[in-house]
Amino acid sequence: MANEVVDHGRRRFLTATTAVVGGVGIVAAAVPFIKSWEPSARARAAGAPVTQSLAKIESGQMLTVSWRSLPVFVLNRSKAQLATLPMVDSRLVDPKSDGASADQQPKYAQNEARSIKPEWLVVIGICTHLGCVPDFVPEIKPEPFDPEWKGGFYCPCHKSRYDLAGRVFQGVPAPKNLPVPPYHFVDDNTIQIGVDPKEAV
Amino acid sequence: MANVFTSIGDWVNERAPGMAPMYRAHMTEYYAPKNFNLWYYFGSLALLVLINQIVTGIFLTMNYNPSAAGAFNSVEYIMRDVEWGWLIRYMHSTGASLFFVVVFLHMFRGIMYGSYKKPRELVWLLGMLIFLVLMAEAFMGYVLPWGNMSFWGAKVIISLFGTIPYIGDTLVEWIMGDFLPADATLNRFFALHVIALPIVLLLLVVLHIAALHEVGSNNPDGVEIKKGPKGNRWDALKPADGIPFHPYYTVKDLVGVGFFLMIAAFIIFFAPTFGGWFLEHDNFIPANNLATPSHIKPVWYFTPFYAIVRMIPSFLGSAVWGVLAMFGAIAVLFALPWFDRGKVKSIRYRGTGFKVGLGLFVLSFFALGAVGAGITAEVIPVWFGDVDVTFWENLFGRVMTLVYFGFFAFLWAYTYFGWEKTKPVPERVTTHD
Repeated sequence: MANEVVDHGRRRFLTATTAVVGGVGIVAAAVPFIKSWEPSARARAAGAPVTQSLAKIESGQMLTVSWRSLPVFVLNRSKAQLATLPMVDSRLVDPKSDGASADQQPKYAQNEARSIKPEWLVVIGICTHLGCVPDFVPEIKPEPFDPEWKGGFYCPCHKSRYDLAGRVFQGVPAPKNLPVPPYHFVDDNTIQIGVDPKEAV
Repeated sequence: MANVFTSIGDWVNERAPGMAPMYRAHMTEYYAPKNFNLWYYFGSLALLVLINQIVTGIFLTMNYNPSAAGAFNSVEYIMRDVEWGWLIRYMHSTGASLFFVVVFLHMFRGIMYGSYKKPRELVWLLGMLIFLVLMAEAFMGYVLPWGNMSFWGAKVIISLFGTIPYIGDTLVEWIMGDFLPADATLNRFFALHVIALPIVLLLLVVLHIAALHEVGSNNPDGVEIKKGPKGNRWDALKPADGIPFHPYYTVKDLVGVGFFLMIAAFIIFFAPTFGGWFLEHDNFIPANNLATPSHIKPVWYFTPFYAIVRMIPSFLGSAVWGVLAMFGAIAVLFALPWFDRGKVKSIRYRGTGFKVGLGLFVLSFFALGAVGAGITAEVIPVWFGDVDVTFWENLFGRVMTLVYFGFFAFLWAYTYFGWEKTKPVPERVTTHD
């Protein structure tokens, strides 16, 4: 045995195949560790729908509801506030929500007011830039961040601005409109967040 | 007694004959240039702060509770009820900021004296890796008290990865282990902060020093003492302009340590939050996932990079550009040895263009820091009255972002096309006898 000539080709082949098999083993062993970082079963189960009564939200007022630990803004827009929406169209990135923001709302909320009923705005209050909660700044008056402010949402983190339909302004870091969650009206004074209307399904 | 120590020494030496030569090679027979100045304190000070962070960190883990429900209260428990807990925690939090102070000064020294240049590129790259790991370590550490700024800082920084097309959202959920920063996030950050990253950091520090000792230290004149005359008081074959690291520079560094500890102690005892710069006021409020702090900003050492994210608007329906620019701001530092083609190392003998460029680079770093910390947003209305603050802040920040990156572009052109007019570099360090 020891006196036989070394077959270098065979030796290289064995080294390479051993390395490949070992490498595959290491990759396979890494999978459970990487997967362990995904949201656990408990975290995923915590995403149940939320029912909210609208009876006590006066015209012009906003309520923040927690759904899947996300802040959902429920805003009762006044006639005057709804009237501001067309006025800012020319300064928005995607006023009709059919461009970059086409997938930021369900089909039933893809309209000027981005809602099922015009006065009721329901959006996830998470800035589409880096995920802060924008402030609700409803007054129509010049603001330090925008002299022609018509009311809307202003993100304190990186100064992105949205109008009263959650539509993003041009020239700010946020790329898309605030997302509208799936929701429907259980009756005139109650909404359920997390479930689409029956006719939409 | 002496005999006992000698015999123990002999006993070890017989079994590990490599250890004594290794000690000599890195301490008593490592010849460093004799002309080190004030700027050469910051490497050893960084090591001192690293040790402080490890020791105080170990003691903090003894009382800290890494859970969303218990973290904030356990930090308050350390501050109020644990004997001397406040001191240990303030040593750790002040140490984090001072770590960046000394590391920034250490890096500036390297740029000023050309210590990143051939043959020390590897030393620079390992140092930049240390800087990168240090930033991750500091970020995760800031999340652990689970104050409102911890929570929102974590949210914003993790969301940076969400801007990556296609995989972004999945990646963010994977990092957080939930749909928002939560228990899972806090726990894994704790594990990374106290185990994984410190091990990597220590390994990188060892490699950084080992790589340095292979090629030898640079000096304020940027001359290679190994290429100069040979023969000094200790060794006829070693550089004439070198002195043993131990005891000469260990003693010198002790003076720096003493001075540094005075400053650190003053901060720890009299101004541990440093007016909201080292520990932000909003972090004394428990994390609240439904309310963003009104002025969310990172701790001071991240503000220049944070400003760059803010200054780049979204484009083509994506916010990834600001994030790319921010990582680019660190990537260009990694590539500095290849931007700079100049042969002269030290600022003492380099052209006026380099001096002005470096000055502007430092200025842009401070200016971006001011933008990121929200100082410009406060100052513009006071100085200039009723103007469009966002417009002027963005203009200022974008110009400064251009200056930051412009330094690297300029440095390349300046040295590549031979525009630099350098002064003659001396044969030996200028303070030799």
